[in-house]
Amino acid sequence: MHFGLSDDEKALQETARKFAREVMRPKSAHYDEKSEFPKEIIQQASEMGLMNLTIPTEFGGYELPHVAQAIIAEELSWGCAGMATSMIANDLALLPIVLGGSKEQKEKFLRPFTTGFKLASFALTEPGAGSDVAGMRCTARREGDFYVVNGQKQWITNGEYADQFSLFCTTDPSKKHKGIMCLVVEGRPAGLTVGKHENKMGQRASNTVTLTFEDVKVPVANRIGQEGEGFMVAMATLDNSRPLTAMFAIGIARAALEHSLDYSKQRQQFGKPIADFQAIQFMIADMAADIEAARLLTYKSAWLLDSGQRNTLVSSYAKRFAADMGMKAATDAVQIFGGYGYSREYPVEKLMRDVKLIQIYEGTSQVQRLVIARELLKGV
Amino acid sequence: MPLKILVTAKRVEDYESKIKVNPQGTGIVAEGLKYKINPFDEIGVEEALRLVAKHGGEVVVVSVGTKDVHEQLRHALAMGATRAVWVNHTGPMDQLGVAACLQKIVEKEKPDLCILGKQAIDDEQSQVGSYLSEWLGWSQATFASKEESLESDAEKSKTPAIKLAADGKSITVVREVDGGLQTIESPLPCVATTELRLNQPRYASLPGIMKAKSKPIEEHTPAALGVDMTPKLTVTRMAHPPARKAGIKVPDVAALVEKLKTEAKAI
Repeated sequence: MHFGLSDDEKALQETARKFAREVMRPKSAHYDEKSEFPKEIIQQASEMGLMNLTIPTEFGGYELPHVAQAIIAEELSWGCAGMATSMIANDLALLPIVLGGSKEQKEKFLRPFTTGFKLASFALTEPGAGSDVAGMRCTARREGDFYVVNGQKQWITNGEYADQFSLFCTTDPSKKHKGIMCLVVEGRPAGLTVGKHENKMGQRASNTVTLTFEDVKVPVANRIGQEGEGFMVAMATLDNSRPLTAMFAIGIARAALEHSLDYSKQRQQFGKPIADFQAIQFMIADMAADIEAARLLTYKSAWLLDSGQRNTLVSSYAKRFAADMGMKAATDAVQIFGGYGYSREYPVEKLMRDVKLIQIYEGTSQVQRLVIARELLKGV
Repeated sequence: MPLKILVTAKRVEDYESKIKVNPQGTGIVAEGLKYKINPFDEIGVEEALRLVAKHGGEVVVVSVGTKDVHEQLRHALAMGATRAVWVNHTGPMDQLGVAACLQKIVEKEKPDLCILGKQAIDDEQSQVGSYLSEWLGWSQATFASKEESLESDAEKSKTPAIKLAADGKSITVVREVDGGLQTIESPLPCVATTELRLNQPRYASLPGIMKAKSKPIEEHTPAALGVDMTPKLTVTRMAHPPARKAGIKVPDVAALVEKLKTEAKAI
């Protein structure tokens, strides 16, 4: 067993860290306040190779190991969690194709992302189907060589700017998870309406919209796997992306810790820096230990994938633990800053708003607990 | 005309690390330190890459030290340098030893231009570039900078600040000197050293990092190059500068003038 990073991993971390510090962070407050999409920054990240990490080398990608992806995710989220969500959204959307697509589909739907700047969206959640994925109502009716799609998708990251969607829909809602399939929707076909950008509490730099499908025709050739395999593809995708989401919480928590250290050494109360008080020290000590624990757990969940093992259980541990500890770390950072922490003039309240989403998206902390319990009870 | 440019990549302590002098006062505490390419060398790599992007050619990056310097060589390769030369040396060294190694490498490689950092941010000696030019008998263009700001369009379009003459036989360099900028022309081959405002180095991209893995690093030793690395300089003592004492507040201008006269003896 060893816990060190390889030279490659260190080099990637260095590059991502520099980009996060010099490009993302200086603009994070601006895009948070305006709730605008930082397209230029996302494009720069794409050109630097900090996006589309999972595309196999066979199709022109980097096929980066999951541990290395996790390392990058932490740095990006440290820079700005909203921007990081929009950057990693491409991988989330491309994973169903990586995991379940045919060679032709991979050539057609993955390679363009390696030759130019493109965005993709993962469209799973619906107004009435969040944690209950199998309860989706977006339907696809087969008509010759096409499916005709009708329904609505909600909280779709990058939806307004996406060049391609990985859409999950069902041939028959009554079949529950057995009716779900994944279709690749290219561009803006007739009948697809993109709703307005959601006014969110946090991660406001990330574009989030509703998609409405009205008799949208999608070629049968764009179906990933078979009818009924969509649920499996979605779950496998989330197994792959969970370590990255966990890392987002760790990046935010690390930012919270660093701000807390700086501030507590400067801020004077009762004639000395507040860092001299145990009440502050204990919050900082807990943050640091929890971050380290979450990072190791998350590295392990990524390492399992790299070594070809199933990571459902450990990645759910990681996502649950990291998201909850990140929330606590950011909340404590606001506490350490006191009144200033509650002000938008200081950076920590954004961290608290941003990290809240990580307890919610890509499987809430409660769903992670369900997955963990289910895995344990079935004796894996 | 394609250019062959030799650049350096010294391994230095990361400026974000906390540097502490050891209790014996003989050096700094290495524990917990991070290392980086000397930022001025990184600017040199960037300038070389821009020149080669415009005129064609290749960029060879050199570093002297233990195998740890591979990290800095790989960084320069990831930025886009063509290949690397490593002078494998363990133990103490000074600027004379390093400049002698570089001289031997330059004599082997025969570049048109060497671009070095004007100084390294560890010991701030600012000597290697000048030694190298002197020993090679080449002209030198130290403290290369540019008139345009780092926010200018020229910078954004990654235009090289060092200009190559149409006949490819000389370069024009804008130098930062006391009180302003000085423009000089120098015949090639030449040794240039970089100022902070010469350019903004690019990020090593992920594809760049991947490609760097397969780029060659050629190994040499000082012995094989015929260089004696025994330092001619010895560090007798190292210490932190004394902490600044807190200032005082004076009630009014009269008191200030009084103190400047009697205590500071400044007026």
